[in-house]
Amino acid sequence: MNPVNYLYLAALLFTIGAAGVLIRRNAIVVFMCIELMLNACNLAFVAFSRMHGNLDGQIIAFFTMVVAAAEVVVGLAIIVSIFRTRHTASVDDASLMKL
Amino acid sequence: MTTTSLAAEASTGEAVQFWILGTVAVLGALSTILLKRAVHSALSLAGTMIILAVFYLANGAYFLGVVQIVVYTGAIMMLFLFVVMLVGVTAADSLKETLKGQRWLAAACGLGFGILLIAGIGNASLKHFNGLGEANAGGNVQGLAALIFTKYVFAFEVTGALLITAAVGAMVLTHRERTERARTQREQSEARIRDGKQVTPLPAPGVYARHNAVDVPGLLPDGTPSELTVNPTLRGRGQIRDVSGESLAELKALEQRSEERLGRSEEAKR
Amino acid sequence: MENLIALLVAAPLAGAALLLCGGRRLDRAGHWIGTLFALASFALAVPLFTELLGRDAEQRTLHQHLFSWIPVGGFQADVAFQLDQLSMTFVLLITGVGSLIHIYSVGYMEHDERRRRFFGYLNLFLAAMLLLVLADNYLLLYVGWEGVGLASYLLIGFWQHKPSAATAAKKAFLVNRVGDMGLSIAIMLMFTTFGTFAFGPVLGAVGETSEGKLTAIGLMLLLAACGKSAQVPLQSWLGDAMEGPTPVSALIHAATMVTAGVYLITRSGAIFNGAPDAQTAVVVVGAVTLLFGAIVGCAKDDIKKALAGSTMSQIGYMILAAGLGPIGYAFAIMHLVTHGFFKAGLFLGAGSVMHGMNDEVDMRRYGGLRKYMPVTFITFGLGYLAIIGFPGLSGFFSKDKIIEAAFAKGGTEGWILGGAALLGAAITAFYMTRVMLMTFFGEERWRKAPTPSPAEPSVEPAAETRGEYTPPHPHESPKSMTIPMILLAVGSVAAGGLFSINEAFVKWLEPVTDFEHGHPPLSASAITTATIVVMVLGVALAYFQYGRKPVPAVAPRGSLLTRAARRDLLQDDFNHAVLVRGGGELTRALVQLDHSVVDGAVRGTAASMGGLSGRLRQVQNGFARSYAVQMLGGAAVLIAATLLMRGV
Repeated sequence: MNPVNYLYLAALLFTIGAAGVLIRRNAIVVFMCIELMLNACNLAFVAFSRMHGNLDGQIIAFFTMVVAAAEVVVGLAIIVSIFRTRHTASVDDASLMKL
Repeated sequence: MTTTSLAAEASTGEAVQFWILGTVAVLGALSTILLKRAVHSALSLAGTMIILAVFYLANGAYFLGVVQIVVYTGAIMMLFLFVVMLVGVTAADSLKETLKGQRWLAAACGLGFGILLIAGIGNASLKHFNGLGEANAGGNVQGLAALIFTKYVFAFEVTGALLITAAVGAMVLTHRERTERARTQREQSEARIRDGKQVTPLPAPGVYARHNAVDVPGLLPDGTPSELTVNPTLRGRGQIRDVSGESLAELKALEQRSEERLGRSEEAKR
Repeated sequence: MENLIALLVAAPLAGAALLLCGGRRLDRAGHWIGTLFALASFALAVPLFTELLGRDAEQRTLHQHLFSWIPVGGFQADVAFQLDQLSMTFVLLITGVGSLIHIYSVGYMEHDERRRRFFGYLNLFLAAMLLLVLADNYLLLYVGWEGVGLASYLLIGFWQHKPSAATAAKKAFLVNRVGDMGLSIAIMLMFTTFGTFAFGPVLGAVGETSEGKLTAIGLMLLLAACGKSAQVPLQSWLGDAMEGPTPVSALIHAATMVTAGVYLITRSGAIFNGAPDAQTAVVVVGAVTLLFGAIVGCAKDDIKKALAGSTMSQIGYMILAAGLGPIGYAFAIMHLVTHGFFKAGLFLGAGSVMHGMNDEVDMRRYGGLRKYMPVTFITFGLGYLAIIGFPGLSGFFSKDKIIEAAFAKGGTEGWILGGAALLGAAITAFYMTRVMLMTFFGEERWRKAPTPSPAEPSVEPAAETRGEYTPPHPHESPKSMTIPMILLAVGSVAAGGLFSINEAFVKWLEPVTDFEHGHPPLSASAITTATIVVMVLGVALAYFQYGRKPVPAVAPRGSLLTRAARRDLLQDDFNHAVLVRGGGELTRALVQLDHSVVDGAVRGTAASMGGLSGRLRQVQNGFARSYAVQMLGGAAVLIAATLLMRGV
């Protein structure tokens, strides 16, 4: 098996995640889909690391994880506070930014 | 994990592992976006992430594989579950689309994007894999550490700052300052009378102390259950356990048993 | 000796500063202070004149460099003075006549409560005019040029409580602005052409300059001269400028400032000599103006306006002479000086008449005043004889020379110019006789109550027409007024003759202006005879019209030409129709253009942007998932583009 298959898997997972962002309305699920996309990227980075024979790709994946963790913390806090005031977690209901 | 598995070409074992676990990962991803309940989505995603951790290990990223399990599946996904329990608990999400044309556009964009991405990967000449044998020679963790504390030390410090900021930010966002005086008991009862809906306190769950579980509604005099007696969250989830029928059935069974016994005893008398 | 030149300018300037900044404390003595400074300037001029006379003809140019004004790279402007024969002539005229008029004003303005300010302005004028004629470069000349314009504006509008005076001042200022623009453009052209403004280098470098550039500079200088000297087509302000006090009319609008144009052309003679086209334009302007002014002068009933028309006409003579080149410069200046005497005298006489007649200016309400104002009558009469060119008096010598020079221009041009000058002399005799007869002879029309005529809207009804009419009591003016008139009359009589003895004046000016004898197609005596004949004809015609018949107290309707002349030959109507209306239409069209095209483009852009935004707003529906779709689509497009570029 050629390790390039990992990349195909990463692309597939990424696309699935993106589709999830587009079709789900629950903010928490949307967030999960974003996490899925980030993980797909991480997989690609790890595969690239193997391809190039150095550890830089893994470092990037590591940093991605850290950033993702920070993002989840803040994002979930936002979702909680929105839920508190609006009693919903639907992204469609938070459409006040339009004209 | 010997260094042989880190060679350019994957072994047959790895191929088998890839095809089986890869399929499972895709299925997990699909169920993440397709299942109605957020809890189920979260669990599916956790499964996918564990599989990804295995793939990391297979690719020679031992440290990352462990971190993936500990941080992602262990911490982040559990955080997701907490929040789901906290907020996303009402009814299952409807998958019916409300935005006009959104589903078609999403399908078109998603398909186009995926096809282009895969075509791009296929188009690129990625035949030659070096393998991580050399890089991991002194140990994967040591190798990473050497990079993090030399080449990427600034990025590392900055992500540290980012984490602290995020922690503070989360606290700021979720902390709620009480802006008004709490209502006294007297005011609450006055408000109840003014509304005129439910003057008395809400009835307690459970009937005649036979059931005191919170999910069992109390029975009205005619034997029908009263939803008011159950917590609204449980009502919203449809998790009310109606035991009114059971009670009647139990009573009937009791009568029957006593009659049987009486009858038996009468028969015994005769 | 050179160091005295700056003092010539400084003395009246100091007077002006003292009087204008000194405040009310100086009210009681202000007029004497002003007169003192004017006399001081004259007293400084006299030794300078004797100094010049004592030198050889070629050595009679003094320079004084005061300080470097704007030294910027190649742009070197100095405050420096040049006193030569031409400047000296002007200095003597300005300070001499100026001092006399200061003395006259002491009496004339006796009852005006703003007399101190008036003398301050007069001193300011003297300083600016002296700066104009003493400057050794065009830029400094321009300062003086603007300064006299300012003083003229202030003095025309001195009685600013009268709307007509304020309007006249504004008109003079605005029309002068057109001319000033010409001068500033001429100076800029000089700088680009010669790299300097100083008279010496500029006029010395004329030989190496192309005729086209010289013509351009010359025409711009002519425009400047037209504005300041009230020549056609910028003549319209002079008649209205008579709203100012009479001494102002005498000093600024007859003797000195209006002749600045002649000075400018004479000073720039080298430029005009090198540009025949510009010279032709100058003589045309002069000839047209001398007839124009004379015709206007015939029709006016306002004594000052009649004299203003005459001034315009006489300056036309000077411009004509200056345009003739070296055969005419000296005569232009000579006529300028004699005109300075007799016209100032005439104006002062007119002021004296008005002084005795309750400030009445309409000649149809004068008549028979010679018995009541003998001194005024005699001095005015001498001035009259001088201006019409009575043989032996100063106007005769100077005007006759100009007519000769005009004929000497040669060819058809010479005949046309000479004919125009002769015709002008006839008309001059006519209108001056008319003024003389209507004022000093005939029936005493002022005894009757005036009947304001609706046919003559330009004459404002006097204030006393409403109540019972009290006739004025004509009386001779005080000594302070009559003495200057007498002195000027002496000048009017004698100046021409003195100048002509042995061609003294021409020789005096020759080093500056060059001189060559003209050769008229007729003999000099024939021309002189013709001049005298047309003069007599003009006088006779006026006598038959105004001396034999009684003068109607209300102006008759008159012929079409008369009515047009009363309206200054329709100059204001022309300006209004062409410049004001045309300018208005132009600006309206521009506004329309601005509205429809410029604003239209802007508004159209804004509207189309608004419409486009309205469409685009539909995309911004506020749903995060829609935005996400767009992002994903964009990402897909980016990938496609990357792949395509790689493929290519």
